[in-house]
Formats: sequence, structure tokens, C-alpha cells
Amino acid sequence: MNWIDLVSLLRIALHAMVPITLTAVGEIVGETAGLFNIGLEGILLISAFAGALGAEAGGPVVGLLVGMGVGAAIGLVFAVINTYWKGTQMITGIGINLFAMGLVAFGLIQLGAPGFHAVPRAAQVIKWKTAMGAMSPIILIALAMPFLIHWFIKRTRAGLILKAAGEMPEAADVAGINVNKVRLLAATFGAALAGLGGAYMSVAWIGSVTKDLSAGRGFIALATVVFSGLNPLLALLGGFIFGFFQGLAEWVKTLPSKPIPSQFVSMLPYIVTLLVVSGAIGRVRFPKALGEPYKRE
Amino acid sequence: MSEQAGPTQSRLLRGVHRTVTGLHPALESMLAALIGLLVGAALMYMWGFNPWKAYWALLRGAYGGSYEWASTLARATPLILTALTFSVCVRAGMFNIGAEGQMFMGAMAAICVALFKMPPGIHLIVGLLFALIAGAAWSIVPAVLKITRGVSEVISTIMFNWIARWLALYIAIFILVDPSRAEKTLTIPVSARFPILVRGTDFSYSFFLAIFAALVLYFVLWHTTMGYEVRAAGLNPTAARYGGIRNKRTMIVSFLLGGITAGLAGATVVMGMPPSYAAFGGGAFPELTNIGFDGMAVAMVGRNHPIGIIVASVLFGGLNAGGRVMQFYGSNPVPLEMVRIVMGAIVLAMSIPELIRLVPAIKSQGERLIATLRRHGRPASKEGSA
Repeated sequence: MNWIDLVSLLRIALHAMVPITLTAVGEIVGETAGLFNIGLEGILLISAFAGALGAEAGGPVVGLLVGMGVGAAIGLVFAVINTYWKGTQMITGIGINLFAMGLVAFGLIQLGAPGFHAVPRAAQVIKWKTAMGAMSPIILIALAMPFLIHWFIKRTRAGLILKAAGEMPEAADVAGINVNKVRLLAATFGAALAGLGGAYMSVAWIGSVTKDLSAGRGFIALATVVFSGLNPLLALLGGFIFGFFQGLAEWVKTLPSKPIPSQFVSMLPYIVTLLVVSGAIGRVRFPKALGEPYKRE
Repeated sequence: MSEQAGPTQSRLLRGVHRTVTGLHPALESMLAALIGLLVGAALMYMWGFNPWKAYWALLRGAYGGSYEWASTLARATPLILTALTFSVCVRAGMFNIGAEGQMFMGAMAAICVALFKMPPGIHLIVGLLFALIAGAAWSIVPAVLKITRGVSEVISTIMFNWIARWLALYIAIFILVDPSRAEKTLTIPVSARFPILVRGTDFSYSFFLAIFAALVLYFVLWHTTMGYEVRAAGLNPTAARYGGIRNKRTMIVSFLLGGITAGLAGATVVMGMPPSYAAFGGGAFPELTNIGFDGMAVAMVGRNHPIGIIVASVLFGGLNAGGRVMQFYGSNPVPLEMVRIVMGAIVLAMSIPELIRLVPAIKSQGERLIATLRRHGRPASKEGSA
């Protein structure tokens, strides 16, 4: 492996990090408030599709905003079901994932080519030319967002309210905080970040939409949240680790000698996720009321 | 008179209410299915399709005659088995999303019977044993990871699904590949196939295997000590532990039972679905993909009860079978993927507890909203109310 390879590997890793980190940081906000959304995979997929449509209609920025908006809308549905209607969070998430698989496959057929849709180059976010090669500016957002959220949760009053809603909703309620509203906002914001990550995949990184574009990234992001123990800065590190192994898998596939069958290389990110999560658990403590709908006595 | 009419009427209403709430779970499932179909109709309308024509084609394609019923039940067969996977673990208080991967492993193991010869019948049973061992083996690792390392089964089973998918592709392309046709695996020999039940359809005896599995699980869960322990651990793990139930054992048992049924689901597809009797690695397994995920929807609509699952599988098998008719019907046919949208919407609706109670709740919320708007419409009283 020479120097050029290492730089290109790092470049792929940084690009692959973005959707995982954004989704994981968003989910950290949601989980801090007590909502566990396993529908992230579906949100990534739908917002990638919607973002591509938006970008073709009004340019790359519109595409990213549409992706965020669609993500937030799905997050709102999830949040309403699981706050005011006391739903089962796991099942809502599974429903979102099933719905997304169907909707995107259906939408791709409607666009003409079943299973694949390329985003025209003009509609994609322009990549900056740097010393490391073409880099997407969204990487900066993904690098900045964890610090922003870290500051928000640790240093602001709103962050404290967020933690209270997830840790001890009864006490928060007594203190005059509308627990359901806090959770609703947190989950919607988290889903909007996942939506940005999804739109990034189609509009700024891969440049196409397929029906398995998300490829488990939503769940890898969930694993990153577990790894980070709800610390956004560790989520950045975790996102980079997972991004690195995805980049490594892509890189090994391009080798002319083919040392390992490509199927085994494709397994690599998932195996690493399992190993990292099995190693990380034990020291992690999650909010007490995570996954439980808040019911007033 | 009017004083007496009041209580009688309310007693009558209470009686009606009790009857309705007695049927509550079934009614809620039906309501959720209806909501799912309505969401599908709305989306079809938005995309410029005629939803009523499409649903009419779907209905006739699913339940329009004996051929259609056979097709529906054939598609319901693997769904019953993967739904059992999900529901056993829900009963034990866990979300096992790994049916998809376990089913892939079961299907690959079942195809291994094509490598050797055996008398008919025994060959079939050996294939089923392979499949259930493979499914159980694939499900045991997430269970062990959960017990020893506390890894959430949601994350580990999903990762195992992806690993299984790539592993199955490798096996299908490099190990069990048909030498004459590289896009498919070896064909299951006649001696290891499920006999066809209705001539000219793909409805085979595998359906009875699924029913049998559901009945066995019903018996195990509700009429054995083991099943009692599994359900108790699911309802309240802390209380169960104080009651002397070893939660770790119930976790392993429920994951093993789930893995066995998921493995069998894969076997029923490759051993019981004419005409190919093989898996198509070249097309990334169109005949196997999503059976595990659809099974979760079946389990939820079937209320995680084996008998409910059999009923719900007829609905979802019908959606799949009817969807195949729907996608070729009329001048502007609706693609098959619409069926999965409907399934997702059904699951979303199922996640809301007390779905029926939501109807009056939304009504009263709406009335309150209108009242608030009216109040705010008059600036003078707005000050007073605030």
C-alpha cells in the first residue's frame, strides 16, 4: 500500500463517515430525550430518494433541504406515534423501514429504470478540489455537527431539559416541562439530520439511488450510538471507524489481484460493527426511560 | 320513564362496548390493515394510478378462485414460519430482526441435499434438518452476544442479516452453483422436493409443515413449563428472575426456536416452490429476499400468536400473490412494490396501541382545535381565556 492509496482510502473513509455520523448524532439527540428510533435505515433511504428528486428539480442545495424536510416529516410521524399515542417504538421503526423499502423501489420504477436512478452531475453538490483530491463540503458539516450537539447537550439549559425528558420524565413533568413536546422536537430534529445524511448519499457522494442504497447504514449508526454511549464526539470517532472499514472494503475490491472474494470484503463493515459493539458494551449507560412512552400517573 | 331509559341504554352500550373490546385485538388488526390499504390507495392516486382497479385486480388475484387461493397459501407458507421467528422472541421480550439472515442460511443448507442421493422422503427430511440446524446456528450467535456482552439483538441480528446475505451469495456463486447455469444454484432433486398439493399451482405440502410448526409452537409456548418461562420472562424479566426463571436460558431457547422456524422457511421456498427449486444468486435471490421482513409484519398483525399468524399470513400471502396479478393488470399496471408500501403502513398502524380508541380521541382533539380556533377568532374573548 503506497502513499497515494492511503490518501484515497482516507478520502473514501471521510466520505463514508458522513451519513453514519450525521445519523448517529441525530439519534443521540433522540435517545437522550428517550426515543429509540430504529427506522433510521428507512429514513436514510427515503430521504436519499427524495433528495435526488429535489436536486434534479431545483439544484443540489434544494436536494439537501428536501432530504432534511422528508427526514423530519418521517421523524414527526414516528414521534407523534410514540409520544402522544404511546406507541411501541421498535415496531414503528420496523414499519418505517418496510415502508421505505417499498416506497423507494416503487418510486424507482416510476422514474423509468427499476432499481437504479442516476443523479445528473449538474444536480450534485460540487466537490472541492483539495490536496487530498475532490472532497465534498458536507464533510465539514459532519465534522462540526458532533461538537455543536455536544455543546448543546452539555452546556445549555435546553440540553438539560432534553436529558431530563429521557432520564426522569416524571421529574421533568413536575418541573413544568412538557415531556412529550421535548421528545417530539428531539426525534424530529434527529430524523432531519438522518435525512441530511440520506440526501448527502444520493446528491453529494454516490450520485445515484438504488433500492438498497442505505445498505444497513442506519443500523450501523445505531451501533455507533451504542459505541459512543450517547457522546456525540465519540460518535464522530465511531462514524470514522465504520467509514474507514467501508472505505477499506471499497478499496480492496479495486485491487487487481483480488486477494479475497468480494462477497467477504462486503461483509467487513458489518463484522467490524459487531466486534466494536461487543467490545464497547458494559461501560455504556443509557437514559433510564429510553424506549418507554411517558404516561402521566 | 326517562330516568329508567338512561341506565338501560348505557347498559346496552356497555354490553356493545364489551363485545367490541373482547374482539379488540382482531378488530385492531383489521383496522390497521384497512389503514395500510388506504395509505396505499392514496399513494397510488397521487402517482396517477386507479387504486380501485388495482385493488380489484389484487383481490381477484389473491382470492378469486382455487388457483388464486393455492397461490396465496403457497406465498403464506414461508411467511408463517418467519412470523413465528419474530413472535417467539417478542413473547420472550426481544426483537429478533434476524429472520431474513437465518432464512438465507436455511435455504443454502437445504440446497446442499442436491450434492448427494438418498431415497425419496428421507432426502426431504435430511434437507429440512440441514435447514433448521443452519437457521438455529445462525441465530445462536446474537443470543450469545446478548447474554455475554449485552449487545442489543436489534443491531446484532441486522448485522448478521447482511453477513448472511453476502455469505449466501458467495455460496450460491462459488460452491453450490449449477455448472450449466451460473446464475442459479443446483436444483433440488425430485426426491427431496415437497410434493405439489394442487396440480398446476405452486401450492405444495410445505404448507402443512408451516401449520405444523405453528401448532407445535402454540403447544410449546402455552402448554409446557419452558413456554411458560419464556412468556413470563417476556412479560416481566425482573419478576421472572425472582420467580426462579433463568432468563438467559429463555433467551437462548426463544432464539433457537426462532432460528429453527426461519431456517425451515428458507427450506420451504427452495424445496417447495416450482418451477425452479433453486436459489438465484445471479439476481441476488429475488425469491428469498424480504420473506424475513414480511414475516415481522405478519407476526404483528397476527398479534404474535401462532393461530393469529396463520390467519394474518393469508392476508399477506394474498397481498403477495395478488400483487403479482396486479402488476400486469390494465393499461397502467401498478408495480408489485406497492404491496410492500401497504405492508409498511400496516405495521406503522399496528405500532399504535389502542388503535380503535384513537378514533374518538382524534375526534375530540379536532373538536377542541376547532373550539380554540373559534375562540381565537374573536379577539375580545382571547384576552379573557388567556
